[in-house]
Amino acid sequence: MSNDNINKPEKDIDEVTGIETTGHEWDGLKELNNPLPRWWLWVFLICVLWSVWYFVVYPAWPVPGGATKGTGGYTQFKELEKNQAEILQRQQAYLNRFEGASYDEIMKDPELYAFAFAGGATAFKENCATCHGSGAQGGKGYPNLNDDDWLWGGKLADINQTLQFGIRANNDDTRISQMPAFGKDDLLKREEIEAVVDYVLTLSGGAKKKSHDQGMRIFKSQCAACHGEEGKGSRTVGAPNLTDKIWLYGGDRASVFQTVYSARAGVMPAWGKRLDENTLRQLTIYLHQLGGGEPDEVQEEAPVVPEPEQKP
Amino acid sequence: MAVTLGIYYITPFLRWERGSYAPDQAVLIDLVNQRAYWFGIEIWPQEVYILTGILILAAIALFFVTSLFGRVWCGYFCPQTVWTDLFVWVERFVQGDRNARKKLQEGPWSFEKIYKIFFTHSIWLVIAWCTAGSFVLYFNDAPTLVKSFFEFKVSPTVLCFIGGLTFGTYLMAGFAREQVCTYMCPYARFQSAMFDKDTLIIGYDEKRGEPRGKHKQGDSWENKGHCIDCTACVQVCPVGIDIRDGLQMECIACGLCVDACDDIMEKISLPKGLIRYDTLNHMRSGNSEDKSKFHFLRPRTVYYAAVLSIVGGLMLYSLINRSQLELHVLHDRNPLFVQLSDGDIRNGYIFKILNKTHEHKTYTISVEGLEDARIDVKAAGEASYKNIYVPANSVGTYHVFVSSNTEPSSPIDITVSLQDNEKSITAEYETVFITRSEK
Repeated sequence: MSNDNINKPEKDIDEVTGIETTGHEWDGLKELNNPLPRWWLWVFLICVLWSVWYFVVYPAWPVPGGATKGTGGYTQFKELEKNQAEILQRQQAYLNRFEGASYDEIMKDPELYAFAFAGGATAFKENCATCHGSGAQGGKGYPNLNDDDWLWGGKLADINQTLQFGIRANNDDTRISQMPAFGKDDLLKREEIEAVVDYVLTLSGGAKKKSHDQGMRIFKSQCAACHGEEGKGSRTVGAPNLTDKIWLYGGDRASVFQTVYSARAGVMPAWGKRLDENTLRQLTIYLHQLGGGEPDEVQEEAPVVPEPEQKP
Repeated sequence: MAVTLGIYYITPFLRWERGSYAPDQAVLIDLVNQRAYWFGIEIWPQEVYILTGILILAAIALFFVTSLFGRVWCGYFCPQTVWTDLFVWVERFVQGDRNARKKLQEGPWSFEKIYKIFFTHSIWLVIAWCTAGSFVLYFNDAPTLVKSFFEFKVSPTVLCFIGGLTFGTYLMAGFAREQVCTYMCPYARFQSAMFDKDTLIIGYDEKRGEPRGKHKQGDSWENKGHCIDCTACVQVCPVGIDIRDGLQMECIACGLCVDACDDIMEKISLPKGLIRYDTLNHMRSGNSEDKSKFHFLRPRTVYYAAVLSIVGGLMLYSLINRSQLELHVLHDRNPLFVQLSDGDIRNGYIFKILNKTHEHKTYTISVEGLEDARIDVKAAGEASYKNIYVPANSVGTYHVFVSSNTEPSSPIDITVSLQDNEKSITAEYETVFITRSEK
């Protein structure tokens, strides 16, 4: 070896592969020195540059109280706002048409109808489903809104009024009525209550008992004022129809007894101040079309005179 | 080449009358409205199996043809080859033949070189742009899009696609060329599986050619093969193989070596066909004249033909029996059923009605398997169970209520059917009527 080679060590070439080694050796194992492919190196360097740019422009560095803002001012909130604004703008086009249209017009226009129904469904799930259930199927004390039994009326206007002002709600115009607690307040004796309960059960097909006549007498004097002589109920006071198959609080004898003894009264909030007019109207249409909505009274329409055929 | 290119560029402009509620473009893939049109055939997303069938059919047809005639697809139909040929033709037109091109490439950057290269690439880009434009036309109404092009009103999406495809065509046909066939094309890799000794391939007649060697005019051909090792076949080969080594994966059956060798054979007054388009069996037997021995009927071809006809038959059957009306019914999940005030049970269903005709239609709904079934439809306008309106070429969605005074029992299987109010077209769907369970 010459002196030159002391400062400039000889390249160690691996015998088998003919590739230079790094000079590192572990128990006779040597590491080959295969440099990175050039293109890979370039991609890596470009990525490094890009990441520097990213750190500057976008929020990246964690600092106390959050992260650096980045010069670009990007946040996901802004992006969300932008996307929402786009959606709202698209919605607004329908909303403008919806606002000016009457129920009648909406019901005839498939586009507006679909818009109202979809909007109502969303509003229902957000606000009403807590009590009435996600499918509006209700529960004990919470009316099923799919059926054709309505306490306060099932026409569009009735539904809208209920939504707007609620039932027994904290509102001056709310629908309100109160059934007396016949047992709790000692208005009737226990046996009288049992007689009237048995009578009420016969209205929807139950078997007559011995106390039938007594029950009927008590019903006529105590209950008929609201529930009607025949027990068909009254929508002006929200008194349920006792002759049908639907029981809000259960139709077995014990439940009905409980109802007569201590009275029942559900409460629904007034939504007029919480939801805007459009949402309420959408909800009205949604609920009306769930299956039980009642048609408005048919107005006497002038007979349609066929238009004379237009000749070009 | 001209035919293939012609078909590609002209097809989007062909018209096919479909009435006023469907586009009149003969071949159109309407992604926005989810329809595919191919002359009289129309495919809805629900019928995507037809598309699958077409692809299977195409694949088997390709196998069939390959096993008979070798790699004809590549030379005549493959877009990669066709566009490469077109680009090469442009190159030759502007810059001259191979030797002239080589000279130009090696020469200094003269004015001539710059303008010739600039000219070539400009033409390439124009062709690529047309190609990309045509491709996009298959997905849009062609005349409208072309018009909006000249008015500069094209959407950015379309421009992006055209840009990308232009670049792709330019790159693939201008630069990558046959490398695509060698490195990217899957067909090249598996085509050998379809070859046998009776498949027509480009082949070198070893028996006649070997032993190869230089030959001077006037020498005898005694103990010498007819191959004079002029390497003309190697020089012309676009994929850079030596055909004399036998069939290779890279070979795209372009036949350039056949032409080159025939030219040489003519010059040295030997019969043509040292390299020729023939079967391996013929090459081996050394009987180049006997074409009669070509076997069409082989287990392989019979097998492919059988599969081809079965799939084709199934496709034809499904196309002929394609219904103009389809019904899908979804039972409401929440609530499963509703009890009405008179004790009846009501079930709700979402009806999805596919009106595949090109006319507005009204239908009547009926229910089988349920006593005393009453049908009620909640929808905008005048809809009733006798008047279900679905516009032409679209899907109608209706919320349909079926009620019955059926007693509590287990769910009842019912069949709902839809009847066209004018024609005898019906559609059925089996679903279930759920009642309250017995306690």
